[in-house]
Amino acid sequence: MVEEESLRVVRCGGSELNFRRAVFSADSKYIFCVSGDFIKVYSTATEECVHILQGHRNLVTGIQLNPNNHLQLYSCSFDGTIKLWDYIDGILIKTFTVGCKLHALFTLAYTEDSVFVIINKEKRDVFQLVSVKLPKSSSQELEAKEFSIVLDYINQSPKCIAFGNEGEYVAAVRDFYLSVYFFKKKTTSRFTLSSSKSKKHAKNNFTCVACHPKEDCIATGHQDGKIRLWRNFDDEKKYTYTCLHWHHDLVMDLAFSVTGSSLLSGGRESVLVEWREATEKNKEFLPRLGATIEHISVSPAGDLFCTSHSDNKIIIIHRNLEASAVIQGLVKDSNIFTGLMIDPRTKALVLNGKPGHLQFYSLQSDKQLYNLDIIQQEYINDYGLIQIELTKASFGCYGNWLATVEQRQEKETELELQMKLWTYNKKTQGFVLNTKVNMPHEDHITALCFCNAEKSENPTLVTASKDGHFKVWILTDDSDIYKKAVGWTCDFVGSYHKYQATNCCFSEDGSLLAVSFEEVVTIWDSETWELKCTFCQRAGKIRHLCFGRLTCSKYLLGATENGILCCWNLLSCALEWSAKLTVRVMEPDPNSENIAAISQSSVGSDLFVFKPSEPRPLYIQKNISREEVQWGVFVPRDVPESFTSEAYQWLNRSQFYFLTKSQSLLTFSTKSPEEKLTPTSKQLLAEESLPTTPFYFILGKHRQKQQDDKLNEALENELVQLPLTENIPAISELLHTPAHVLPSASFLCSMFVNSLLLSKETKSAEEAPDDVDMEEEKESDDSDEENNYTEKVQDTDNPDLGEDIIHQLSKSEEKKLRKFRKVDYSWITAL
Amino acid sequence: MGEFKVHRVRFFNYVPSGIRCVAYNNQSNRLAVSRTDGAVEIYNLSANYFQEKFFPGHESRATEALCWAKGQRLFSAGLNGEIIEYDLQALNVKYAMDAFGGPIWSMAASPSGSQLLVGCEDGSVKLFQITPDKIQFERNFDRQKSRILSLSWRPSGTHIAAGSIDYICVFDVQSGSAIHKMLVDRQYMGVSKRKCIIWGVAFLSDGTVISVDSAGKVQFWDSATGTLVKNHLIANADVQSIAISDQEDSFVVGTAEGTVFHFQLVSVTSSSSEKQWVRTKPFQHHTHDVRAVAHSPTALISGGTDTHLVIRPLMEKVEVKNYDAALRKITFPHRCLVSCAKKKQLLLFQFAHHLELWRLGSTVATGKHGDTLPLSKNADHLLHLKTKGPENIICSCISPCGSWIAYSTASRFFLYRLNYDHDNISLQRVSKMPAFLRSALHILFSEDSSKLFVASNQGSLHIIRLLEGSFKHLHTFQPQSGTVESMCLLAVSPDGNWLAASGTSAGVHVYSVKHLKLHCTVPAYNFPVTALAIAPKTNNLVIAHSDQQVFEYSIPHKQYTEWSRTIQKQGFHHLWLQRDTPITHISFHPKRPMHILLHDAYMFCIIDKSLPLPNDKTLLYNPLPPTNESDVIRRRTAHAFKISKIYKPLLFMDLLDERTLVAVERPLDDIIAQLPPPIKKKKFGT
Repeated sequence: MVEEESLRVVRCGGSELNFRRAVFSADSKYIFCVSGDFIKVYSTATEECVHILQGHRNLVTGIQLNPNNHLQLYSCSFDGTIKLWDYIDGILIKTFTVGCKLHALFTLAYTEDSVFVIINKEKRDVFQLVSVKLPKSSSQELEAKEFSIVLDYINQSPKCIAFGNEGEYVAAVRDFYLSVYFFKKKTTSRFTLSSSKSKKHAKNNFTCVACHPKEDCIATGHQDGKIRLWRNFDDEKKYTYTCLHWHHDLVMDLAFSVTGSSLLSGGRESVLVEWREATEKNKEFLPRLGATIEHISVSPAGDLFCTSHSDNKIIIIHRNLEASAVIQGLVKDSNIFTGLMIDPRTKALVLNGKPGHLQFYSLQSDKQLYNLDIIQQEYINDYGLIQIELTKASFGCYGNWLATVEQRQEKETELELQMKLWTYNKKTQGFVLNTKVNMPHEDHITALCFCNAEKSENPTLVTASKDGHFKVWILTDDSDIYKKAVGWTCDFVGSYHKYQATNCCFSEDGSLLAVSFEEVVTIWDSETWELKCTFCQRAGKIRHLCFGRLTCSKYLLGATENGILCCWNLLSCALEWSAKLTVRVMEPDPNSENIAAISQSSVGSDLFVFKPSEPRPLYIQKNISREEVQWGVFVPRDVPESFTSEAYQWLNRSQFYFLTKSQSLLTFSTKSPEEKLTPTSKQLLAEESLPTTPFYFILGKHRQKQQDDKLNEALENELVQLPLTENIPAISELLHTPAHVLPSASFLCSMFVNSLLLSKETKSAEEAPDDVDMEEEKESDDSDEENNYTEKVQDTDNPDLGEDIIHQLSKSEEKKLRKFRKVDYSWITAL
Repeated sequence: MGEFKVHRVRFFNYVPSGIRCVAYNNQSNRLAVSRTDGAVEIYNLSANYFQEKFFPGHESRATEALCWAKGQRLFSAGLNGEIIEYDLQALNVKYAMDAFGGPIWSMAASPSGSQLLVGCEDGSVKLFQITPDKIQFERNFDRQKSRILSLSWRPSGTHIAAGSIDYICVFDVQSGSAIHKMLVDRQYMGVSKRKCIIWGVAFLSDGTVISVDSAGKVQFWDSATGTLVKNHLIANADVQSIAISDQEDSFVVGTAEGTVFHFQLVSVTSSSSEKQWVRTKPFQHHTHDVRAVAHSPTALISGGTDTHLVIRPLMEKVEVKNYDAALRKITFPHRCLVSCAKKKQLLLFQFAHHLELWRLGSTVATGKHGDTLPLSKNADHLLHLKTKGPENIICSCISPCGSWIAYSTASRFFLYRLNYDHDNISLQRVSKMPAFLRSALHILFSEDSSKLFVASNQGSLHIIRLLEGSFKHLHTFQPQSGTVESMCLLAVSPDGNWLAASGTSAGVHVYSVKHLKLHCTVPAYNFPVTALAIAPKTNNLVIAHSDQQVFEYSIPHKQYTEWSRTIQKQGFHHLWLQRDTPITHISFHPKRPMHILLHDAYMFCIIDKSLPLPNDKTLLYNPLPPTNESDVIRRRTAHAFKISKIYKPLLFMDLLDERTLVAVERPLDDIIAQLPPPIKKKKFGT
């Protein structure tokens, strides 16, 4: 079983893919990008993550192909090491320890044994470009201490350094000057632009630089949107430059095509501009890329470009300026108003994404599943413009309904509010707008909640607003002679002494509604909408409100602004207990009684996990983050963990994720980082969270219909269905084995089809998940387990002999496949 | 400095005519500029771009082409079909010769300077031989279908390129036959325009032909094979002009959008010898069409419809930071177009084809320093005098008493007598002018309006006594033996005894009017004289030169004054020497003999000779210190140069009486408002 180490706070995906320029492999098949402490290898054709290269202990800051062996990749990191990887197999080849923070990495073809890195040795803001000699030795861990400074006092961004003309010179820009160092002559030329305070030149700052691959030409981007093409720069007097001006805001990145015939530029306009022949009149555009272009890179083969965007997205663009693939991570560049939510269907994390969008982010695959455009208006990217903001969102009825609130406030008195209700359409597998309510309230909506009780046949939504009212919305028949339809209407408006409604919450069974009006909590009967009772603690406005669950459903919890956490007993209508705690985040676990509260103090945030029934916390973790924690959420586990230690039991059924102010998504883990995400386990996890696609129905639901009544009881919980596909070894084997090592399709076909055929009797569904668990955990030496397993199958499947044989066959096949898997097929890729 | 009541005159409705051609002469470092009214101006680039010579325009002579040949000879050709040579000494037209090919669109002198080539409306290219005193028709080249708009010689002199409509023709000079016809793409941004006009061609010594055309393209052709090598689309409108440097490593083109582009020949990589033409810097100093460009070794020169002549120095070619390193814009002529009758408060404005006489307004109000006083009587437009004939006015003058007006065109001299009868004015032309008074370069009345001094273009100075309604020729000072140099600036002493005259290059001559003989000659100075004046009482002659030096010469003592020697010894303030327009007028204060009043287009200055001179550390343009400061500080900071930059561009400033100044301004916005609308361009964010 899992050994229990101490609980640690770990970063869980969602790291910036756009931190540095992405790098293409020599054949343009793969694209590499830094992602936190890892390097991700994506296929350019399928957008899928092929490998995650992990080994760095801190942020990876630079990646470059090994110019002498294009199947290898160099990377550098803040941890002070340069690592050499075989990216096809995902193997770390060598580690060179430099010993100081490395900010960027450059490689050159002609300097075989040295690479260039940006470091800052002495002062904090003074960066140097140094060349590091990489010692040649067969050992894996090497020290690289021999370095010489090339340029001093440079900008730390790798966009501000470029090597040109086969490494004859290096160009660096900073503030208002461009310096060019010639390696052969060992001289530096420096060109300064006018930086006077006058309006005309005030935005002359350099932002990025690129060098022409064939000619002596340096392109620099500037803050005012100009691109300058410098020539004759080996002479400090006779230098000359041309201006290209299209961007109206600063040029974020520049790249020359491989032949140098065109120059690519991008900026906040989200338009990729291709300047052909470097002339002003001959330019092509790829507009509507969605977000600011942060980086541009060009594949060595010249057939692909890629742009990294500020919304954590990489777009792979074909040479003819057609976007061919999108790699989208967690969007991070907007304010999170909606908080963290879990889509009950996909188990994806849902939060504000691009402006006006909700993003559905898969925690397991660290990938954005899709974007839901809520505001459905064109986003105008201009500084100082007041935008419509998506402020609230909530899922209801097992993901069948989604309610969103958007607002725009230009002046104090002019508030534009809109509430939208979206229904899940099974056919399109997406949300479709059902009802749009203009100005549902007179003032800001402070809370939004659905009644999620199982028994309630009629979906109910409650909104609380600063205008002193809360409104109950119900789904009603909206059919007319043309079509059958349903729509939402307001059913009840409640208020309490003209206080502002600040929070609302349904009890677990949906029978009670708690609405807090500033300092007062009111309890309403959800059948008749009458006020049942009120609680008032006179301890400041209620900031958070939630009901206890399961055995603790008789408790109501409220956290106030003044740092008091109260727990009321609904049966006795009295205060059960209260504690002094400044609660920032209070989240109930949907699968247990536990409630997590995060408090904020001057040194950091602390986590408290408790049950409402007793005031003593189950678990306390101090200092989970130095920053303010803004949101948290419990994510139900697909496979329950089994922590035996009492302190960690609260993590058994759900995992807790939280988001800090700097938008890093964190969680708790006991595993060491190496263990946490090994490729095999990751694949299995992905498998389990399969979305309900038509393919899924073949494998899952279709079979499920054949199940006996016993199973039907547990139908609601989709977790139980999953093992059904898992327990057919042939299929799981087929799905898990990498495609390139599979035998031919004709060989596998009969086995696959047979496995799908229905057997008369099936084994009990309860046992299956455990077996799968075993298999996962002991992937390497599972032959004994395996045998047990087959025996079990044999025991249960005796009547039909043919079926049995097929299973036997498939078993032998499976072993064969297993063998295939162990053989090194890496030579195939070299073909 | 003293306080003055200032008449701020803005009703001088002067609009310079647009620039049509620009020709640079490398030998003498001079620039010839022709304007749309046919006027030709010659700027001396060595003398701070001073406009030292001027040929008046002519209504029927619209110049289309201008070129230097045989060193210092200047030719122009125009739509009347004539080739004109100018006499640069006498400042008149030497001869005009019909080319018999219809309107002439282009002209080019051969690299050796001995042959002249013109391209005509009828498609003919005519070769003329330049003889020492004339030009002689030699032969015709193969006639083309349509007009020849541009011509360029190959530096070796063996071939020429001729730009026509839709094609460029390469001729062999020996045989006169067309060897290549290079068709130019009419397509313009995907749309086929009606015609593609080749506005300019340039032939390089390696055989490359560069063409600019109406579709906004700059194209490089190989003349040996007749093929297009490279194409630069640079503008959405016509590219109208091209000029190439002598080293053939850079050239400049001007577009109808007002942009000037610089192209440079740069090496592809530092190691290889391969070179390519790259468009480098764009300059947007014009609002309208850039009709003409020139490439001097250190600067790009452009001129166009918006009447400015812009000189943009090439910083990499300028060795030291001096006068040449600054961008300059020349808009106004470096002559005085305004004369003033002080006693009657009249202003005479000179236009190309008419004169206007205005009486200044007056006010009875008083106010503090800096107040704008309301007018009690508005300025009166008294007279609008149109010239007869097609010629432009060269110079004009009104007598200080206001009762005489004299002006001259290239062939006739006019003198008018004005009679004031309360508000009515009667004008009477003085007839029967003597035959020798045909054309004048400068006219001046003596202070008491009894004498008229005329500098004629033969170099002689005439003195005429004016009587009531008639005149009498008193004397003629003949030019120095041997020289034919014209005098173009005159100054007379207020007591009427001395007359100073200066020509374009030689020194200033001072004549005694009483004795009717040459009194003395001021030592010659390297830079031309821009303004002259003789101070009352002391009879000191103050001379301003184009390098911003000011000399004071005592006529009675025939030597420079002590003050002038002191300032020459100490040197002028560096900011004073960096001003970019010449001093055009000098006057004196009748009550303060130590003061000299002078102005250029951007400042008005009173030099107080009694105060110490500024050195380079002191502030030249110091504002007046606040009055509450003690006199000690004020005395310490005060220096001889009191400069006011309130009025600009300043065309004329003079003292009407002790306490009244008149300043004639011509705001640039008013000029632009009178020009035809420029090509409309979409401006981002509007």
